[in-house]
Amino acid sequence: MSSPLLQVEELRKYFPIRGGLLRGVKAQVKAVDGVSLVLQPGQTYGLVGESGCGKSTLGRSIIRLYEPTAGKVILDGADITHLSRKEMLPYRERMQMIFQDPYASLSPRRTVSQTLREPLDIHNKGDRNTRDKRVRELLDVVGMSQRALNRYPHEFSGGQRQRIGIARALALNPRLIIADEPVSALDVSVQSQVLNLVADLQREHGIAFLFIAHDLAVIQHVSDRIGVMYLGKIVEATDSRTLYASPKHPYTRALLSAIPLPEPGRKRSRIVLGGDVPSPANPPSGCPFHPRCPDAMDRCRTEIPAPRELGTPAAPHEVSCHLYD
Amino acid sequence: MAEPLLRVRDLAIEFDTQYGTVRAVDGVSFDVYPEETVGLVGESGCGKTVTGLSLLGLIPKPPGRIAAGSIEFGGRDLATASEEELRKIRGSEISMIFQEPMTALNPVFTIGNQMADVLARHKGLTNSQARTEAIEMLARVGIPSPARRVDEYPHQLSGGQRQRVMIAMALSCNPKLLIADEPTTALDVTTQAQVLEQINKLQEEFRMAVILITHDLGVVAETCQRAMVMYCGKVAEQAPIAELFAQPRHPYTAGLLSSIPRIREDRPEHLPIIAGRVPDLLHLPAGCRFAARCERALDRCQTEQPELGEQTASAACFNPVPL
Repeated sequence: MSSPLLQVEELRKYFPIRGGLLRGVKAQVKAVDGVSLVLQPGQTYGLVGESGCGKSTLGRSIIRLYEPTAGKVILDGADITHLSRKEMLPYRERMQMIFQDPYASLSPRRTVSQTLREPLDIHNKGDRNTRDKRVRELLDVVGMSQRALNRYPHEFSGGQRQRIGIARALALNPRLIIADEPVSALDVSVQSQVLNLVADLQREHGIAFLFIAHDLAVIQHVSDRIGVMYLGKIVEATDSRTLYASPKHPYTRALLSAIPLPEPGRKRSRIVLGGDVPSPANPPSGCPFHPRCPDAMDRCRTEIPAPRELGTPAAPHEVSCHLYD
Repeated sequence: MAEPLLRVRDLAIEFDTQYGTVRAVDGVSFDVYPEETVGLVGESGCGKTVTGLSLLGLIPKPPGRIAAGSIEFGGRDLATASEEELRKIRGSEISMIFQEPMTALNPVFTIGNQMADVLARHKGLTNSQARTEAIEMLARVGIPSPARRVDEYPHQLSGGQRQRVMIAMALSCNPKLLIADEPTTALDVTTQAQVLEQINKLQEEFRMAVILITHDLGVVAETCQRAMVMYCGKVAEQAPIAELFAQPRHPYTAGLLSSIPRIREDRPEHLPIIAGRVPDLLHLPAGCRFAARCERALDRCQTEQPELGEQTASAACFNPVPL
């Protein structure tokens, strides 16, 4: 097997809750609480979970938009967890991000051409002519007309803005793109256009994706491996086919059964979970999922389940659940 | 079949913008029968929400107005009703719930206060009666420890609970019609499943009709008996759910259904898509509004506008997908 492009080891990101007279730290929100994952070059790791599970924080901690509290981020064999801004620069070239809201992630005052040139300018890529050429090329790659060059973001629809965001991420030929809910703000017909584009880019340019989404159907379409997050932890991780064919963690099962299917009359046994996701500032004792889990046992209330390997070395399937002890 | 509860005919809604007048809804007609759930489906900007708002006179005027058509409900025409008449109907005979329960609730009043307001206005209850009733309604929509929750503020509740409070408030006067505008879009899937189940259960209990406005065809398939698919201000197709999903006739419906990412055993290299984009309402084509994106378009589609038939299952299309 080739050496991994990205390794995340026991990554933690805690946000302090301050309060009181001296603004001391009263508590911690454990947004990401010990996450490990491995991403091979040219592959897609899908990270799925509900709001507040820490999936976006994880993505941002990996790319160092947030400073990780503990753990390691290893890109291409180099530990980038504690690099300074300047030291980080060459690694930023290899690692780019696409954001959820195409209305908020593009500067309204910059034309498309200015937006796409910025990364080239910062990283000093080529001279003026090659940069211009690259900008035109990028528009082609994402399927937009050259007429877009001198227009501003407000002149485009959501789907087109997302294409501009993707073009910007591609500008430096990254090896890894962290895509944080890139299609969830888009209509279905546009969603599939953007997903197809992502699939094409991956095939043609061999870019690896960490694809963050809450939609299990979207995640399946793009991912090779999938990690299911709940309250700051990955509770189940395996290859895409296995996850959908034989989900093991009760939370994964509930998530899968909760998706409304566009197939009227098909009756399913739906697992409707009670209650809400607990606050990561005050997580439950033991297994974080136990208060909502239909299969919870006594020990789930006190003991945090460790990840267990249920698969084979060739097809790993890690589950953190006492049911499989 | 029973008499329809709501009869909308040739509804047109316009907005003045700085670039000119936009007709966001153009000639929409439909009926809603007592105790049924009808889906109003479409993508952003298709006019589904505006249609829902117009039924309660909630179109902001100016810049908006109902430019033509009628909305018959209980022997009145809501399209021309006065604000005072509408106020009597809102919340008592027709209620509405919205996508974002945080912005729909008032952050500075307790849940109980806001619910009591509705009850006092429409049912003439005293404060203590209203409070008792509010607690009972909260219990019915599945809020745990309602007697405590009634004194809390909206920010103290989770998204799913806020939506339940909205539903409790909307149903507190036993309306005949509930308009639910993307009620679960802002919620996580597991919470969405809870809320949809609750709406289904309450609909039976309260024997009311529901218009469910959504972009999610999965939600429609699981909750509605029939649905109307809107595109660019017009109804493209209407049909009972089973037919609509099994044999969509309008190419837009067919395209929409096939482009939904769904969990498949073998994933295709490419998801089916609808090429192109929705036309700008300021520059509408002369013919069918879907023609430019349609694989089945004929010459005629470029110049003539197809009409929706009166039948329960019909598509506004000159060259519908064959059965």
